[in-house]
Order: sequence, then structure tokens, then C-alpha cells
Amino acid sequence: MTGFLSLENVRKEFNGVVAVESFNLEVEPGEFVSFLGPSGCGKTTTLRMVAGFEPPTSGTIRLAGEDVTYAKANERNIGMVFQSYALFPNMTVADNIAFGLRVRKEEGAARGERVAELLDLIHLPDKAKAYPNELSGGQQQRVALARALAIRPQLLLLDEPLSALDAKIRDDLRAEIRRIQRQLNITTIYVTHDQEEALALSDRVVVMSKGQIEQVGEPFEIYNNPATGFVASFVGQLNRLPVTVVDPALGRVRVGRSEIRTTSLIESPAGAEVSLMMRPEEVTLDAEEENVLEGTVESVTFLGSIVRVQVAVDGGRLTADLFNERLLVLPVAGDATQLSFPSHACWVMV
Amino acid sequence: MTISAPPIPVIETEAEQAPAKRSRFWAWVILIITALYFLVPLGATFYWSLRAEADKLGFEAYRRLFADSNFWPSFTESVINAIAAIFLSLLIIVPTAYWVTLRLPKLRPVVEFITLLPFVIPAVVLVFALLRLYGRPPLLLTATYDSSRVLLVCAYTALSFPYMFRSVDNGLRAMDVRSLTEAAQSLGAGWPTILRRVIFPNLRVALLSGALLTFAIVIGELTIALFLAQQTFGPYMANLTRSKVYEPSAMAIVAFALTWAAMGTIALITRPGKRG
Repeated sequence: MTGFLSLENVRKEFNGVVAVESFNLEVEPGEFVSFLGPSGCGKTTTLRMVAGFEPPTSGTIRLAGEDVTYAKANERNIGMVFQSYALFPNMTVADNIAFGLRVRKEEGAARGERVAELLDLIHLPDKAKAYPNELSGGQQQRVALARALAIRPQLLLLDEPLSALDAKIRDDLRAEIRRIQRQLNITTIYVTHDQEEALALSDRVVVMSKGQIEQVGEPFEIYNNPATGFVASFVGQLNRLPVTVVDPALGRVRVGRSEIRTTSLIESPAGAEVSLMMRPEEVTLDAEEENVLEGTVESVTFLGSIVRVQVAVDGGRLTADLFNERLLVLPVAGDATQLSFPSHACWVMV
Repeated sequence: MTISAPPIPVIETEAEQAPAKRSRFWAWVILIITALYFLVPLGATFYWSLRAEADKLGFEAYRRLFADSNFWPSFTESVINAIAAIFLSLLIIVPTAYWVTLRLPKLRPVVEFITLLPFVIPAVVLVFALLRLYGRPPLLLTATYDSSRVLLVCAYTALSFPYMFRSVDNGLRAMDVRSLTEAAQSLGAGWPTILRRVIFPNLRVALLSGALLTFAIVIGELTIALFLAQQTFGPYMANLTRSKVYEPSAMAIVAFALTWAAMGTIALITRPGKRG
């Protein structure tokens, strides 16, 4: 079945350099999909192709069943929010929001009502007559969102909209974007390099690297069952320990003198050098879990709700993220310690 | 836990305050010297213009100047020529500079060089080139006074390119042209709307400075106007300087005041906060 937004074999080259390749994606109506990846992975280029700012080198883009691959940007009815806000400095907030409606020659009274409705939606009803330079970054981005929504777009595109904002404002606006998206049930594509943002906001996350899709899935699935080493390391913190396969059938591997068991499938033969992966939050500083390793504390970093402990073990280094609680006894660098983790929490990658 | 130290009050000692006072002193000295450099000749010209009557200061030179039947026609003609040249120049330079910034940044040096040519080519060479090219059939633009005037405005437009391009280019560099354009496009706007509603209004200050320079050059331009036999303000001023004593000074003061009044009007019309 074809989705509301459909990208089929989309490819983009810039002067012979491939920016996006074999990009296939179906987005359902009302869905919130994030493109997540490092700088230069092709996520913004893909978004710009959807917006109509860059023509694909090959492939097809369909919106609501219509082929829009080479349609002009101003004929697509797609709302876009930019990282730099891109508010028109010569216009007031109300005029910025009304810009698209004026272009569509919407009648004055209806336009005024729509502007008022959107100012309420973004909680800035008293800023109609303000100019962009009189607003904070967060307020400007809210206005940019309202402006993009004013034209009742079929699709909303957000290109790293929170990157230029402070952490606290970013968190607030993130929640606001999700609330508005749910309230309007508008199909949304969100580009970000911030994995926390992508996981918190999205129905589905598209992880990209070097112009290609690495994995598409729900945030829980992306985090807990990464399909590739890149996804595993890019999304969240990850421990990677070099190990030797002992018995693939029984899920046994060796690190230094210790043997570790994993419930995940090992495809490599006995004796193969592979990597054992696990999330830092699955590792505890005790011997309560099935797999136990001896080590020496290298560093302890206090991060508020989490305390990050780095431990040198035989053959490598492991990080344990401990939940901060008042009774937590923090180790100090140089302490001998034991680390443990359950067999279902680790997996092997070549 | 993070411990933040209270801010340490900064107390400036006398030794630290001294360099600041010294730099303020020199700033004032430079300002006063610069002001004198501009104001003394202006004041002297004004004083001279008041001495038309024997043994007393007065505005006789101004009265005679305004009473001269050639003053207002030549000045009006130059103002119209300047406005036409500014308009044409804007029409050519703004879309060009915009397109170069947006789509063809590699062409900027080429366009910059082309716009600088009026600095390299002397006005007399330019006017002979114009006469050779347009003064013969089939165009024959020098056949009548009005057609020569069209040629004059075109020449003034070319003369304005270095000032206009630089002003517009600086204005465009100061704003995020690409994002603003794309934002307008995503909202359904086509190129004419983007230029009219987004780019032009946000270039207001840049356009004003380009227009000011063009106006200042065109209003007193002599060489091209003379060779194209135009009765503009430049030739009028030159003629007056040759035949009168006090009126040229009065005219200089009037021209100065009128130029600034015209610019003030433009600044008022395009004041910040007015929606484009």
C-alpha cells in the first residue's frame, strides 16, 4: 500500500557526489516521522527534496497519491519550519502568519480569524503586532510554526527547528510541537541530529548514515533492537567490548579470563573476534546479574539523575549508568569493583 | 553538586580609568577635526553667498538665483533623470544581485567586476562610446532632445552600478536570503511576490544608500550631459560659475539643502516598521 507521503528509490547527487541513495519510505497520514543522523548524512537533502527546493536526481516522490517529484515548491502546499526561523523581518507576527493566506488571496476577515486562531494555538495571542526582532528565539520559532500551519498544509516539514535554542526552551518547545501535531493530526517530517529529540517526538524514526537509511522503526525498537552497529552507537550510549566467540549455539563468548552468556543470536563461528554490545543503563556495579566482570573504576561523572561510572575491565572499558538516589554510595577512581549485566541485555555484532 | 561562586564586583582603579579617558579625548579630537573639515567650507560658502549686497549680509544672491528662469527647469530635469536612473538601476541590480546570492555565488566576482567598469572608464570615453553606438542609424538615439535624454538616463544608470551593486550586495549578505526565499516559496509565493514583499522591503536601508549616492552623482553630473546637449543642473551650474560671483555659492547651499531634503523624504517614506 502506498503511504500519504511516499519516496521511491530517491537519489540525489551534487556534482557527482551522492548525497542520498536508494531512499524508500512510506509515511502514513497523521504520522510523525523523524530523520535522524549525523551532519552530512543526507537527512536535510531528503527533506529539501520533499519540500521541492532540490529536484531528485532520480526516484519518485508522491504526496497524497500525486506525483510531486518535480513540482515547484510553491505549488506543493507543504508547510516548512527552518532552523533559522526565517521570519520576514519587515512584517509583524500577524503579517508573517498571514503571508501564505495573502498569497492565496484569502479574504480579509477569514484571514484575521485564522491568524487569531493560530496565535492562540502557539500561546502568543498578545504578540500579533510585534516584529520578529522583538521576540525571543523560542517565540520566533513558535511564530514560524504558526506561519507554516496557517496555509493548512498537507504536510509539515521541520528542519532542525530546535537546534538554535537553549536547552530549557528546547524541551518546552519540543513538547509544544508534539501537542500541536497531535491536535491537528498533521503528517510531519522532522529532521534532527539529536537522538533524544527524535525518540521523544516521533511515531517512527528513520536513522540515516552516508545518504542511506540504516533503520526505520518506532523509537523503542530503534533503541532496543538496533539493526546495525551504526544505529546502536548513534542512538543512545553504547558499550562495545571486543570478545571471542566460544560457543555460538549456547551464546557464550570470552573476554579476558571471564566468560559471558548472551541470549541473542551469534552468527559467527567459535574463535571469531566480535564485539559485545550493551547499553550502560543495563550494567550494574554489583555481582547480582548473570554476567560478572572484575574491573577498576577509572572515572565517576555526576550527570544529575544519572551517575556515569567508567570501569577498566580485562580487554576494554565499560560504562555503567547508575540512577542517582540519595542512598547511592559512589565509588571513587581506583576502586576495584565488579560489573554485572543480564544475558538478555547484551548482543554480539561483527 | 555544582557550586557557583558569587560574582566578584569589578572596581576600576584610577590607573585603569585613565586609558578610557584618553581614548575618549582623542575620539572627540578626531570628531571635531572631521566636523571642521566639512563644516568650515560649507560655512564659508554660505557666508560668501550672503555678501551679494554691498556692506551688508543678506539673501540677495538666493533671490537672484530663484528668479533665474533656468534654475528650476534644469534642477527639475536633473531630479527626474536621477529618479529614472535610480529606478532603472534598482530594476537591474536587485534581481541580479539576488540571483547571484541565491543561485550563482560563483559569478559574484564577474558581476562585481562588470559593475565596477564605470570607475575604470572615464565619463568622456563613455559618452563618446554612447554617441558612436547610439548616435547613428538604425537607433539614432541622439536625433531629438528627448531621445538623447533617454540615452543620458541609461548612462546614469550605468554610472550608478558600482554604488548600487555594493549597497544591495551588502544588504543581501546581511540577511538569510536563502531561508527567507524558501520560506516564502513554501507558503506559495512566486518570484515576483518574493522580490516585492520580502526582498525589496528588507533591503530598504541598502537601497536608500544606493539611491542617495546615485542621486548625488546624477544631480551635478556635467560631462555626459554636456556632450548629449542636455539642459540639466550640471551644465547650468558650470555656466553660472563662469558668469556670476555670489550666485554659485548660493546655488551650492541650495543644492546641498535640496539633496538632503529629498533623501530625508525617502528615509521617511521607507522608515523601519513600515510593512513592505
